Amino acid sequence: MSGTDLHDRLRPVIARGFRLQWEPVQSAHVLLYPEGMVKLNRSAGEILQRCDGRSTVAEIVADLERVFDRHDLFADVAAFLALARARGWVQLDYGTRSEP
Amino acid sequence: MSPPGPPLWLLFELTYRCPLQCVFCYNPIDFARYDQELETSEWLRVLHEARALGSVQLGLSGGEPLLRDDLEEIVAEAHRLGFYSNLITSGVGLSEKRLTALHAAGLDHIQLSFQDSTRELNDFLSHTRTFELKRRVADWIKAHGYPMVLNCVIHRLNIDHVGRIIEMAAEIGAEYLELANAQYYSWAHLNREQLLPSRGQLEAAERVTNEWRARLGERMRILFVVPDYYESRPKRCMNGWGSTFMTIAPDGTALPCHTARMLPGLSFPSVRTHGLREIWYDSEAFNRFRGQGWMKEPCASCEERDRDLGGCRCQAYLLAHDATVADPVCAKSPHHQVVVEAIERAQRTEVVERPLVFRRKEESIARL
Repeated sequence: MSGTDLHDRLRPVIARGFRLQWEPVQSAHVLLYPEGMVKLNRSAGEILQRCDGRSTVAEIVADLERVFDRHDLFADVAAFLALARARGWVQLDYGTRSEP
Repeated sequence: MSPPGPPLWLLFELTYRCPLQCVFCYNPIDFARYDQELETSEWLRVLHEARALGSVQLGLSGGEPLLRDDLEEIVAEAHRLGFYSNLITSGVGLSEKRLTALHAAGLDHIQLSFQDSTRELNDFLSHTRTFELKRRVADWIKAHGYPMVLNCVIHRLNIDHVGRIIEMAAEIGAEYLELANAQYYSWAHLNREQLLPSRGQLEAAERVTNEWRARLGERMRILFVVPDYYESRPKRCMNGWGSTFMTIAPDGTALPCHTARMLPGLSFPSVRTHGLREIWYDSEAFNRFRGQGWMKEPCASCEERDRDLGGCRCQAYLLAHDATVADPVCAKSPHHQVVVEAIERAQRTEVVERPLVFRRKEESIARL
């Protein structure tokens, strides 16, 4: 399976125990988890907001490119999601046709 | 000095009442003095004020917070306002029905604690009542989709059983286990001679913990917290006085940390008479040890002062009888000898013939 196919199927979702919300006092999105908080920069907030467990990575990229009038965001989004996954912030749902 | 940020972390100590009598409890020794608990409407008002200030994390502890029958109401309001809520409980008094209600109210996280040192732990280790209670509660917690986080306070009298504690924690399905050595404040300070482990005990416990970490891998993460006394540098206490944390005691007294109430000469404001914004930004007590302007030598010119901020004010007061000096845990402190001597005494092998003082209301009243 090629990388692109995989990104058509992966549906990232905020990991269990984490909560994403907008904090007016900090003018930023934050990710809350037990005994901690990550203050997110704008692009991280924009990406994580779209990790709703329904949208695929490809759809998230397409939406961001539409909203911000860009056409080159795939690599940035994929890199951020890899980091977010490594830190346990997001889980990647493989959809119904799960990998063996 | 730049103005402080918001009190991101809020701790509600909802009550000092507790079914347990832990000898290492960090509630004030004179807790019996403060039995006028805030009413539900007052807790809810504080939630609103804190959220407006930018608080995001809410800890709910005590005493035993389950003894407040308005816990669900407080959790629901906290959730509505956008707090991330964390219940810190022994699980004593928790029913499946109540947990379901708390979950429905939006509770984000639960930390199940061993808050007793002797009977409860013995019961747990011998597979009797307490083990069954913890297992039952753990099953409910997991059934509601929460991670299973277990905290066990470690000290001289139980540290040799650390392997067994880890094994039992794995058996009830804990995903995180915090083996937190007692820190010596309040009741633990009163009982310090009996509770401070020897260096040999500590090293053996860390070795056993590492063996279990290797065996369990990702299945259960184990955090092992060493007592401050065995460190050579102090901790960055509460991330700095008045920088991040605010505790509201059962009677509404606002504190920069849950033990600060012991410090003499400071008048801590009450949420009954003052707004939270005024308390956080303007009160003398919250400004007293903010930043570094209060520091004396050796802290004032120490190259490590930005890292540890001079350590813990309560520890300085308890060990050097002066809250304005360096935390004596620091090897650079002129009072460090006090810690060295306590550790030396902890290396003894004979049993100390002195009864433990249990955290009971009668004991508290006797010490008023």
